[in-house]
Amino acid sequence: MVAGLLVMAFLSGLLGIVLVISARRLPADTMTVVDQVNGVLPHTQCGRCGYSGCRPYATAIAAGEADINQCPPGGDEVIVALSQLLGRPAKALDESFGLAGPPIVAVVDEDICIGCARCLDACPVDAILGAAKFTHTVIANECTGCELCIPACPVDCITVTENTSQLDARAAH
Amino acid sequence: MTNGRTSNQALPLPAWGIRLESRKVDSETGAIKKMPPPGELIVALKQNIGVPAETIVQPGERVLKGQPIAIASRWGLSVAVHAPTSGAVMAIEERPIPVAGGGTGESVIIEPDGKEERYAGYVAQMNSKRLPPPQIRNEIMEAGIVGMGGALFPTATKLNPGSGIQALILNGVECEPYISADNALLTERSDQVLRGAAIMLAALDCDECLVAVKADMAEAQAAVQAAIDALGDDRISLVVVPAFYPAGGERQLIELITGKEVQAGGLPWDVGVVCQNVGTAAAVAKFFDEGEPLISRIVTVTGDGVGTAANIEVMIGTPIVDLVEFAGGYTDDAAGLVMGGPMMGFSLPHDQLPVTKATNCILVAGQAELDPSVREMPCIRCGECARVCPAALMPQQLLALARGPDYEALESQGLQDCIQCGCCDYVCPSYIPLTSRFIEAKQGLWENHLVSQRSALALRRFDARGERLERRESDRSDELQRQVDEIGPAGEIDADALRQLKQRVKSKKPGDKT
Repeated sequence: MVAGLLVMAFLSGLLGIVLVISARRLPADTMTVVDQVNGVLPHTQCGRCGYSGCRPYATAIAAGEADINQCPPGGDEVIVALSQLLGRPAKALDESFGLAGPPIVAVVDEDICIGCARCLDACPVDAILGAAKFTHTVIANECTGCELCIPACPVDCITVTENTSQLDARAAH
Repeated sequence: MTNGRTSNQALPLPAWGIRLESRKVDSETGAIKKMPPPGELIVALKQNIGVPAETIVQPGERVLKGQPIAIASRWGLSVAVHAPTSGAVMAIEERPIPVAGGGTGESVIIEPDGKEERYAGYVAQMNSKRLPPPQIRNEIMEAGIVGMGGALFPTATKLNPGSGIQALILNGVECEPYISADNALLTERSDQVLRGAAIMLAALDCDECLVAVKADMAEAQAAVQAAIDALGDDRISLVVVPAFYPAGGERQLIELITGKEVQAGGLPWDVGVVCQNVGTAAAVAKFFDEGEPLISRIVTVTGDGVGTAANIEVMIGTPIVDLVEFAGGYTDDAAGLVMGGPMMGFSLPHDQLPVTKATNCILVAGQAELDPSVREMPCIRCGECARVCPAALMPQQLLALARGPDYEALESQGLQDCIQCGCCDYVCPSYIPLTSRFIEAKQGLWENHLVSQRSALALRRFDARGERLERRESDRSDELQRQVDEIGPAGEIDADALRQLKQRVKSKKPGDKT
């Protein structure tokens, strides 16, 4: 009886010490709701949702200020993923923020480009290669198709086309 | 792995797979027929899943038999293409090519002149077995030789596994019913296959070669054994594989022979084995012995819908309509065209498509051979599909997951390892077309990967840009600070000087020049 009590007391004491140490030493789970939401968004950084980028939108969603159907590039997939993550009902994309479509990529018409370098600053992912007085070009694999470079161009030399790049995703067969 | 297995020692039966009624008799009998050049050759530049080859000829140019017309692109898995016969290049244009789901590809159109004039750029090399391995691989690459079992992986790449290869397995199993091209090749040209094997052994620096033949291919077994005896090369031996489907799948064959499993995502190299098709070995021998690159192949033309089923040696690029004509034309029964066997082949929309390096069989199905229009019923979870699956997957589970589709779960359940053999379809009592669902799901999985990869890349670039802007800002403030430090601290302001300055500014009238 006494021996049993002593063993249990010893074990619980030991476990308690282990728990205290691990709670202090091990890094806390820092994956906040904002991070999780941010991970689901497509990171085109286009700002069509009304926020300045994907992370601000994620922050607004987590705070309950924004709805989950404001991301046109993400389309239905992102809405479904967000509704599963947050337990909010899925709904159709709010088309006042824009229409969903296939992935697109920006193309610089090099005959028209005057090398003003204004689009370089507009690109949220540094996917435009160029310098003042040199023709610019878009790194197609890294362009997110956000279209933010289009209004920045003074000579309207940037257009968008469907993105058919395969990156290095291996073929499934 | 033991050396010197003979036809008497059969391998144990596998736990997976199905026994299929062999339908090869039709095309097995009779010698390989050689088809003369057709009226027009359509040589596709995209022969496999790799990047299309780049043309080096112009429309109007005359080409000779075996002359390179397109070189392998450096963008991966690409394969050189040669003129199958002498003639004129009529055009280089988009033509329909035989791929599952249909599609077009840039093709070189050649009008044969019937002279069969040889290109002199390649010559026979008698000392082929003594060449250094890198040179053998270069020559094989140059000859446009690819794995003729169906995947068309460049052979030279597959012969470059580094050291530690214990065995080369020559796959002559041909487990699909109906197809007998490899069977005919082994029966008639075993010596050529073995010469190719010897060259491949030299390239691999390896001392054992097993020629795998299926148990019900007695003639081919005898021919291979006779050729081995005649050659007197004790590195090469015959191994007889049970007549099971899909015993001829690369991973399945390796497991049957060596007892070792090639892990998911791994390659045969990992278990010290390289697997090559017997047709590939024959193509290698042909290039080194005769200086002829890969410009023709043996195609089984069979089925109830064709006049005389036969194995036909045909030029790459021959339109299927001409090939069927050569085999006696369509019968009244002809109801559909399939490229490849009935288990893994795909149906062709029409017969204006060319033979490619991958075409091992043209099945002209009769009415009775086409799938009866059965109705798909719900899965009853009988588990038959899991029993027969050669990749040890659970097809019933994958099917349920593919309905979602839950890509994460599909991946962890090993959808990628499905070899699309069709065993599960064959045994399913509810007639569920599982394989086509899996092919679709694989496509979806791949697209899903693409989306997440794109977004991860965008996030990385976005964060990097944020860091760059921060760095620029801090550099600027550092520079400002430096300049302030250089000038030194601001001293006392001289009150008199300031007053004088203010008066001077006031006394100036607007419009005055300073």
